[in-house]
Amino acid sequence: MSEHQTTQEMVSTAYKVIGTRPARPDGVDKVTGRALFGADIQLPGLLHGKVLRSPHAHARIRRIDVSRAARLPGVKAIITAADLPDVENKIQEVGEGAIGLKYLSANLLARDKVLYHGHPVAAVAATSIHIAEEALALIEVEYEVLPPVLDVRAAMAADAPILLDDLRTDELGRKGTKPTNVAEHIRFQMGDPAAGFAAADVIVEREFTTSTVHQGYIEPQTATALWNRDDTITIWTSTQGAHSARDQVAEVLQWPATRIKVVPMEVGGGFGGKGNIYLEPLAALLSRKAGHKPVKLVMTRAEVLMATGPTSGSFIRVKMGATKDGRLTAAEVWMAYEAGAFPGSPVGAGMNVILAPYRIENVLIDGYDVVVNKPRTSAYRAPGGTNAAYAAEVVIDELCEKLGMDPLEFRLRNGVREGDRRASGPTYPRIGYLETVRAIQQSEHYRTPLEGPNRGRGIASGYWGNWGGRSSVAASVNADGQVNLVVGSVDLSGTRTTLAMQLAETLGIPVEHVKPVVADTDAVGYNDVTGGSRTTFGTGVAVCEVGRKLKEEMIGRVAELWEVDPVEVTYADGVFAAGERRMTFQEAAGRLNEDRPVMVSATTHAQEVGPGFATHCVDVEVDPETGKVTILRYTAAQDVGRAVHPDLVEGQIQGGVTQGIGWALNEEYFYDQEGRLLNATLLDYRMPVAPDLPMIDTILVEVPNPGHPYGVRGVGEVPIVPPAGALANAIYHAVGVRLTHLPMSPARILEALWAKA
Amino acid sequence: MTPATNEIKVNARINGEPVEFFCEPRQTLLEVLRDRLGLTGVKEGCGNGNCGACNVIMDGVLVNSCLVLAVEAEGRTITTVEGLAANGGLHPLQQSFLEHAALQCGVCTPGFLLAAKALLDRNPHPTEREVRYWLAGNLCRCTGYDKIVRAVLDAAAKMAMR
Repeated sequence: MSEHQTTQEMVSTAYKVIGTRPARPDGVDKVTGRALFGADIQLPGLLHGKVLRSPHAHARIRRIDVSRAARLPGVKAIITAADLPDVENKIQEVGEGAIGLKYLSANLLARDKVLYHGHPVAAVAATSIHIAEEALALIEVEYEVLPPVLDVRAAMAADAPILLDDLRTDELGRKGTKPTNVAEHIRFQMGDPAAGFAAADVIVEREFTTSTVHQGYIEPQTATALWNRDDTITIWTSTQGAHSARDQVAEVLQWPATRIKVVPMEVGGGFGGKGNIYLEPLAALLSRKAGHKPVKLVMTRAEVLMATGPTSGSFIRVKMGATKDGRLTAAEVWMAYEAGAFPGSPVGAGMNVILAPYRIENVLIDGYDVVVNKPRTSAYRAPGGTNAAYAAEVVIDELCEKLGMDPLEFRLRNGVREGDRRASGPTYPRIGYLETVRAIQQSEHYRTPLEGPNRGRGIASGYWGNWGGRSSVAASVNADGQVNLVVGSVDLSGTRTTLAMQLAETLGIPVEHVKPVVADTDAVGYNDVTGGSRTTFGTGVAVCEVGRKLKEEMIGRVAELWEVDPVEVTYADGVFAAGERRMTFQEAAGRLNEDRPVMVSATTHAQEVGPGFATHCVDVEVDPETGKVTILRYTAAQDVGRAVHPDLVEGQIQGGVTQGIGWALNEEYFYDQEGRLLNATLLDYRMPVAPDLPMIDTILVEVPNPGHPYGVRGVGEVPIVPPAGALANAIYHAVGVRLTHLPMSPARILEALWAKA
Repeated sequence: MTPATNEIKVNARINGEPVEFFCEPRQTLLEVLRDRLGLTGVKEGCGNGNCGACNVIMDGVLVNSCLVLAVEAEGRTITTVEGLAANGGLHPLQQSFLEHAALQCGVCTPGFLLAAKALLDRNPHPTEREVRYWLAGNLCRCTGYDKIVRAVLDAAAKMAMR
């Protein structure tokens, strides 16, 4: 069993709380079954709903007849797209992406056309889930089936079936005139690629394809809504952003946002997939139609796979050139991402990721956002990054091979550092990319030779830009010195802990004295979604600010008490002092509350985001008889800025790596010719299980982000970016075949081995 | 809720208490535990036996409660996550999961705890490989299993010292 190696560079010993590993405040509830997730809500008079979904990938809806279903005893309400208001096509920001409002509405309930297998057509509320299910079977829908298009390049062809009649290409900022499936063409350009390639001694060009994959959160989407008789709506849901969910519901229902309250329940995994709304407006409309009774909707796993999530299948062509002394001179990338049924793939993010670790003066990147007859895609951990980095990292590995250079030495020679300009425009602030390469170079793993037949080692790097976003927090001091911290950032994996730790550090009190709570949309100011690796950083900046203000407030109030000038009062290590006078934080809390309560709030839109980089090393053994890849050892080095809670940071890295491994080796959507999803179960959509994996070793490299009081960077997304490239390179070094399709399943590896032989 | 005419009376022992409930023949044990008996610590992740989030122990055997009909609980003894810690405090596995940060979102955690308990009941000294294979029926999408496996091994070691 391998051990963790935590190499913490530039560790400051000055912190009392940051860098420790306290228990999480929601821990006991989560190991005893008390924590309430979305589906756990029970309300008096609760009705249960189900959604009728399209059996076709592409069809016109000719007629919907709900009359038989409506007569079934126990059925209380049925809705179709006719119950949704018409909305203008304005762009709605939803945290990690933007979508046209009209399309958002059409994804909730199909209007004239269904665009993917599983597209909602109607919804029913009944006195039991079983009656609701029976009612679905009684709804008659007449379809005119149309030919589907399921592949990104096929959808770009001139004669492809058109999904959205009103879609016109946004061609480098100019609107096209013809019907199309290409929603957008984006370009990043820098320098002179032709001259760069002319200066190269070695050029490698390859084409890659990747399959559609899903976030795979274990908790299916769910929403419960009560449309009250005073026309206020309360929604209990599993969401990454309560305010964002509220605003999306408001837009699609054309209802004032402040007459909607969203109560965020515990979230059973999101990974980007729970920033969108699916069921919330349906539950609300059903509740109103059923006579203002609460309605709960819960997706089955098949619905989750058919109609939520997935992230883009893609086609990516990468061409890179280098001199014989190992300097990159030019890169050209052409990438097309499937958006699913409506525009909005993460191709732009993929373009940001694909060459991010490398200094290249001459760059051209073209990206295309393309609709196909699959579910509308959703953000998935470093959206668009994994498939992009996979393509680039395989090409880098091949360049190293042709140049006879060590892949880490090549990365040290070409790696980005502070001040380098990206093809997308900005220059890097202080980053720790090279430090992650050196950390792998110095690791026990890398220094241990890998021996044995059919074994190989792979290296890959990855990047995620991270995000700051808007946050609101409030803190109040109780008379016993305990501090309530109210945040609006939904906690997906432990951010209540990391935020409480930042307040405790700022106030100089024990973390156990901070009680964090995630509030509903009526109880706290606006917060962007928990996503983009923003919460511990961005909401953390707000928490540090609220801590600073709280200290200032208390210093002023203690000065009042002591009848001295506030400038004479100091506060350090939990003690207020002025001259000979001393008062602990706890004593002050008691005294000040006797006079009047102590409470402050802060809002931020954190801008100085610290980009994250990682370098991974993996050893594999490939079975040449079956094509199965066994992962022998995995080490991930990542610049984490400052690890607020190292256990949680390690957990983020280990989880991200494992998702990347699943994407690389197993996971994919299978469709038949008619566009029906064939593997909508967790048996056939094969995510990694414990015996598939070794321990995942982590090296936490700490290059503090100057934009945060404690140096915090986002850590959650970077770790999913390098695994596919690292595994592809390891497989090549094991058995000599370059895999250019994800997943690199046993069948594809065998085919490649046979083709080579 | 008024029992429908086709409902059947079932007697079982759940988390140490005798329990009598009515259910329809088509209802799963999972549905009844959650919606009728309020044991919402039992989670539904897939509804067809592939994720283990609904694991409970029935007469000493680890089962997916989504694949058991509620009427099959007649005369059985069932342990859910709510009944894992016998008298106050936490079960050593619960304590170990907290100490090792073996949970992130926490929705798979009840299933893992029950699966791990069933393992340690029959094999108090498992190897890492045995833990990994025993837990193959439980999906976790957050942790990469590393800290879960460590938590189970550590709990086994601590329980053996008692």
